[in-house]
Amino acid sequence: MEAAARMTVLAVENLSKSFGGVHAVRNVSFAVGAGELLALIGPNGAGKTTCFNMLNGQIRPDSGSVRLGGREIVGLAPRAVWRLGVGRTFQITATFASMTVRENVQMALLSHHRRVSSWWPRAARLYREEADRLLERVGMAEQAERACSVLAYGDLKRVELAVALANAPRLLLMDEPTAGMAPKERIALMALTAEIVRERGLAVLFTEHDMDVVFTHADRIIVLNRGTLIAAGRPADVRADAEVQAVYLGSRGHG
Amino acid sequence: MASIVAQFLNGLASASTLFLIAVGLSLIFGVTRIVNFAHGSLYMLGLYAAYSLIDRFGPTPLGFWGGVIGAALLVGALGALVEVAILRRIYRAPELFQLLATFALVLVIRDAVLWHWGPEDLLGPRAPGFAGSVAILGKPFPEYDLLLIAVGPLVLVLLWLLLNRTRWGTLVRAATQDREMVGALGVNERWLFTGVFALGAFLAGLGGALQIPREPAQLFLDLTAISDAFVVVVVGGMGSIPGAFLAALLIGEIKALCIGLGTVTVGGVAISFSKLTLVVEFIVMAIVLIVRPYGLLGKPLAMQRGAGAPVELPARPDGRAMALAGLAVLAALAALPAAGTPYAVVLAIDILVFALFAASLQFIMGPAGMVSFGHAAYFGLGAYGAALLLKRAGLPMEATLALGPLVAALGAALFGAFVVRLSGVYLAMLTLAFAQIVWSIAFQWDAFTGGSNGLVGVWPSGWLSGKTAFYFLTLACVAAGVFLLRRIHFSPYGYALRAGRDSPLRADAIGLDIGRLQWVAFVIAGAFAGVAGALAGYSKGSISPEVMAVSRSVDGLVMVLLGGVQTLSGPLVGAAAFTWLQDTIARNTEYWRAILGATILFIVLAFPQGIVGQLAAWLGSRDRGAPEGMVGWRRRRA
Ligand SMILES: Nc1ncnc2c1ncn2[C@@H]1O[C@H](COP(=O)(O)OP(=O)(O)OP(=O)(O)O)[C@@H](O)[C@H]1O
Ligand SMILES: [Mg+2]
Repeated sequence: MEAAARMTVLAVENLSKSFGGVHAVRNVSFAVGAGELLALIGPNGAGKTTCFNMLNGQIRPDSGSVRLGGREIVGLAPRAVWRLGVGRTFQITATFASMTVRENVQMALLSHHRRVSSWWPRAARLYREEADRLLERVGMAEQAERACSVLAYGDLKRVELAVALANAPRLLLMDEPTAGMAPKERIALMALTAEIVRERGLAVLFTEHDMDVVFTHADRIIVLNRGTLIAAGRPADVRADAEVQAVYLGSRGHG
Repeated sequence: MASIVAQFLNGLASASTLFLIAVGLSLIFGVTRIVNFAHGSLYMLGLYAAYSLIDRFGPTPLGFWGGVIGAALLVGALGALVEVAILRRIYRAPELFQLLATFALVLVIRDAVLWHWGPEDLLGPRAPGFAGSVAILGKPFPEYDLLLIAVGPLVLVLLWLLLNRTRWGTLVRAATQDREMVGALGVNERWLFTGVFALGAFLAGLGGALQIPREPAQLFLDLTAISDAFVVVVVGGMGSIPGAFLAALLIGEIKALCIGLGTVTVGGVAISFSKLTLVVEFIVMAIVLIVRPYGLLGKPLAMQRGAGAPVELPARPDGRAMALAGLAVLAALAALPAAGTPYAVVLAIDILVFALFAASLQFIMGPAGMVSFGHAAYFGLGAYGAALLLKRAGLPMEATLALGPLVAALGAALFGAFVVRLSGVYLAMLTLAFAQIVWSIAFQWDAFTGGSNGLVGVWPSGWLSGKTAFYFLTLACVAAGVFLLRRIHFSPYGYALRAGRDSPLRADAIGLDIGRLQWVAFVIAGAFAGVAGALAGYSKGSISPEVMAVSRSVDGLVMVLLGGVQTLSGPLVGAAAFTWLQDTIARNTEYWRAILGATILFIVLAFPQGIVGQLAAWLGSRDRGAPEGMVGWRRRRA
């Protein structure tokens, strides 16, 4: 599939952010289409997470525009961006430690169905099946009753994926979805993500340090170095790019 | 002109004292992250110790200054002892338990002082060589106050040198910025902490000892000193020493200004600024926190400083067993008037009222993760609201029982809007500031609230005038309130609240408006505290500003923490245990505070999760195979 043929879900133009004197992200532009897995790669500190944070409203860009389905979303709070259909997983997992795995997903569903102001019904009985279906999808059904505070890290990442899928998003932002996992698990989780993306026609932007995962699953790759995009294209082209090779030479081991 | 200068100098002198009290607190907090409630007690001890030492050494210059320094050294040594014996064991405990432990120390020290020095005020001698006064612009000004004015900046400079020119100071600064880093440097953290605690205690003791020619040693000084110290530290920014100095100057001068202005008539309206002195520091703190959430020179704390609550097990909705247990307790309580003595009924009313008060506080501390030091404000607003509507508006008592809590809810809605923008200790301090403001209004508005005497003749309607009838009314209100709070806890709203506490990042990313959720929680908690307050007023027939004093807020905190913050039945058990203990001990000994304090210390050291929390953990870990450490001293991962 050609990127041009897809319906554009996310269009980013000239996005910039600096912290004090550090240009974390500088004039970055790219687009993600429906059904596409776009990998954002780059060495540590390249500005990937900063990019993500600007996309979902966690930090406000200094300049640039972020359009979701044609609508400008710069300046919206994360919760508003989420309502527009953007799911996110975090580089350092963020789940509700005092809740079970199922309740974590139920919480997202309750919010999605705008039920958080009800004071009477029992939350644990609402959207149970829907939560279980999502957990089934990410392979966490057996652990639905466990507390999130006791899960293995890889399992937490799966819970995050289920939570991110709870509002039937058009766009998934996944910041290092496989960090902290064993190599085999990584491939399996990304394969699962790819499957879900195809089946739902989602657009996905993900960052990843594991090049095997990136080259196996990404439809396209963009490369960030010190805040600037230095390459973009199909995996084969990016792999062949001289500048990318220079940046990554000897630095492939981390992550 | 001359009087303005004199007031300005007065302000400087009191700023020095404020700085000495506060700087140690700030230093200790910066390094150990412990909010030391007992800091005011150390200040008080300094005064008493100086009195005794000077008495023994004689009022010569050597005797006087030897006594002052000796007192400060003694208090410093006591600080080291406390650190080694108690605090060292609880650095990893949730922040709230540290607070509870230091509060227990307040109680123990208070009674130790009472036992050793007795209840009378003790006025020390004047300082030899500084007993007179000098003329400044023709007005006499005490020499000793001039000396004090110099002491504040001198201590600031010495501290600066200590922190910036010595290796020990470098370590302290490193620890303030990043505790992990100190560990990585391989420093023996323990002794660093002991040293800082001893230094902080020394400074508090010095602050107290230096007051000896100016004010008598008195028993209530511990609480007034600690509230002054908190205000200065928070206004300056927790952990910032120059901030504490700046804040002390600001507050010292503003207070002096209020005294100097006296009563001013603006456009025909007389404004009494001197009355404002009781509350002006809290007003300053509220304004500073609203404008600068981390104080004047403070930085956002690196660590997540939420409630510091232990990681809790996924809450289990009430099963049938729980419902049955609840009904059994209710049945037993309903049988009480028939079975118990009249005194038991009166005590039971108190316990029920405090159970609801504590449950409402738990609602914001547990699920919402907001620690309030000023929850008594809403208890008081409920009590005053009901009583004033009865006495001044002539409404029937039944209506005031519903409207009083509404007043409390409105107050909570107003203050809560500011409070929920902060977090952690700053949030707690802003609640305290608002509570003090409400308290001082009730205390000073003689014509409307009855001032310090309060309101009398606040009696329920005829059909409720019997103790038994009123008991059943209380039981019904409290049972309904507790049931509703539980129900809300397990509702989608309650879950959302907990979500915001567990991970603000994730909550925001799934569409939850945490600020709004917390604000609503604040209002709910205020309303239920108001119900408790209204009932409390009618049960006694009178109310006074005491109902919303700091000590009432602290009582609530102790009840919640005794029972366990993250358990729903905890506050009920905590309230019962606390009220009953206080009543029983107070009837048998003058030293009930010490016994209560020792009990609290024991509970904190033995059951860091509170009584019910500990029971739940024991039962839970058997039933559910929960791994060890899941509920416990570990901080939340977040
Ligand atoms: N809140 C912040 N304040 C100051 N500097 C920041 C902040 N967040 C990020 N930076 C800086 O911006 C740069 C980009 O950081 P970012 O976290 O986006 O990198 P990254 O590509 O996600 O790295 P990694 O692969 O390690 O996750 C880094 O130099 C970082 O130190
Ligand atoms: Mg990153």
